[in-house]
Amino acid sequence: MVSVPFTAPSVRQKSARYRLQEWLPRLVLAPTFLITVIFVYGFMVWTGYLSLSASKMLPSYEYVGLEQYTRLWASPRWYVAIKNLAIFAVLYIGISTVLGLLLAILLDQKIRAEGVLRTIYLYPMAISFIVTGTAWKWILNPGLGLEKLMHDWGWTSFSFDWLVNPDMAIYTIVIAGVWQSSGFVMAMFLAGLRGVDSEIIKAASIDGVTLPTIYWRIIIPIMRPVFLTAFVILSHLAIKSFDLVVALTGGGPGYSTELPATFMYSSTFSRNQVGVGAASAVIMLMTVAAIMVPYLYSEIRGGRRNG
Amino acid sequence: MASIALETARPRRHGIPVARIILFILLGLFALVYLLPFFIMVITSLKSLDEIRAGNLVALPEVVTFQPWIDAWGKACIGLTCEGIHGYFWNSVKMAVPAVAIATLVGAFNSYVMTKWRFRGADIVFALILFGCFIPFQIVLVPMAQILGLLGLASSTSGLVMVHVIYGLCFSTLYFRNFYMAFPDELVKAAMIDGAGFFRIFFKILLPNSLPIIVVTVIWLFTNIWNDFLFGASFTGGGSQPMTVALNNLVNSSTGVKEYNVHMAAAIIAALPTLAVYVFAGRYFVRGLMAGAVKG
Repeated sequence: MVSVPFTAPSVRQKSARYRLQEWLPRLVLAPTFLITVIFVYGFMVWTGYLSLSASKMLPSYEYVGLEQYTRLWASPRWYVAIKNLAIFAVLYIGISTVLGLLLAILLDQKIRAEGVLRTIYLYPMAISFIVTGTAWKWILNPGLGLEKLMHDWGWTSFSFDWLVNPDMAIYTIVIAGVWQSSGFVMAMFLAGLRGVDSEIIKAASIDGVTLPTIYWRIIIPIMRPVFLTAFVILSHLAIKSFDLVVALTGGGPGYSTELPATFMYSSTFSRNQVGVGAASAVIMLMTVAAIMVPYLYSEIRGGRRNG
Repeated sequence: MASIALETARPRRHGIPVARIILFILLGLFALVYLLPFFIMVITSLKSLDEIRAGNLVALPEVVTFQPWIDAWGKACIGLTCEGIHGYFWNSVKMAVPAVAIATLVGAFNSYVMTKWRFRGADIVFALILFGCFIPFQIVLVPMAQILGLLGLASSTSGLVMVHVIYGLCFSTLYFRNFYMAFPDELVKAAMIDGAGFFRIFFKILLPNSLPIIVVTVIWLFTNIWNDFLFGASFTGGGSQPMTVALNNLVNSSTGVKEYNVHMAAAIIAALPTLAVYVFAGRYFVRGLMAGAVKG
């Protein structure tokens, strides 16, 4: 920490005032740095240790090795959570991406009402998942919601019980999640489309290439980085999904819509298994890190290369 | 601005009208699908319970009643108290406003230091802070609950403010850093030569020129903190809960008749602050989303 070069014109002979100015930057950054070290990395280690402890109802610090992980992976509830995360993540990421791209392409056709439509597609992103869950819970309610509507309209055999059907309930979470996030993906793709050099497209169209082919063969391949970003952001959201499940299904029926995030929460706060909860949190962290660390690394590196 | 459509469509003008009509129908249908849930919430919140049971989802209210809104605000039962959601709404305000203000200011200051007073290791410090934005917060729940207990801040709004400042800092630092990276160093150097000090440069030169990024950061933080559920549910109980937690308790309480109209009114009230921000400053909201997604 000695003789650090500053971009500021540091003049050696100057007095205490200058010395202070040399140290100020680090002093200013120190609180945030400390907070990060303690509340992010320290807490990771803390939770990591809890996952190796005998913690049950309250945190305890008796070391038991990998016992909690054994217990975690032997729990049928955790398997349901992992399976649900797989189903949810694949559908949520897949449908949001396709829908977002489609909306972006449709909106990119010189539409006069683009501003209004963009606002409409994106507004769910501003709303809390709890509100979204409340709304969809009402819409998908088998007694009074969509099912009743169809019956009123004369389709009396219509049945839609996904919300209370253990095999199908996870798909209601996909529906609400896609409704909430696809507009955001659209905004990302729209920004990407606006960045595509129109000269390339002009050249292709002069050569007689049709519009769909131009999109499929030229524009979509150019936007590969946007796909990557969308994938990273959506998978990160999927792994962290918690509020939506709580509001929409409460993890039920039974525990059929449990996700890792709700599993961790219920283990820790209502099933007196703090150790198992910590183990599941560690696994969630590792999953997120596996996706985010390479991405952030390449983003920072890329930024430095360009700047 | 790409003008793909016009330029490619010109040689095939005779095909345009049909394609344009299909395009508009598609866009309109999607707009309907996105609007429908909110529309249903609004009309349901304006019906009486009897009318809800008799009618259907999209039927307009025959008699418009604001009683559900009045009940949601001042009378609905959450847990054991029946005073509506207004107290929780103010809890959220008291939580979000200070947390946003502190996190924004500290983030701006951090970024100023990291970009204009670069020191060895600044990049590593930034990378460490940056990763903190993306951790699943489940990893910090139990330790944080213990620390809040130790500090005597368990189940308090000040405790939640602290938590949101801590985990909001990385985003505000990230946003301001990207913005200040593009801020000309020459201006800062010129000010130094003129004898302006560390604080003066920040308050007189950088901060007055930071309005766009302040707006983006404030919107992003406000939306995230207002909409937070995990921290609120984990660290508060009873009367200190934020709006989202109270709404969930209201909707998912198992006792009594389910007053769907009151639930919908409460849900809209919970969504109004962030929706208002989005409608009035949507452009900045989108920019904030982008800044969070694509770093430079």
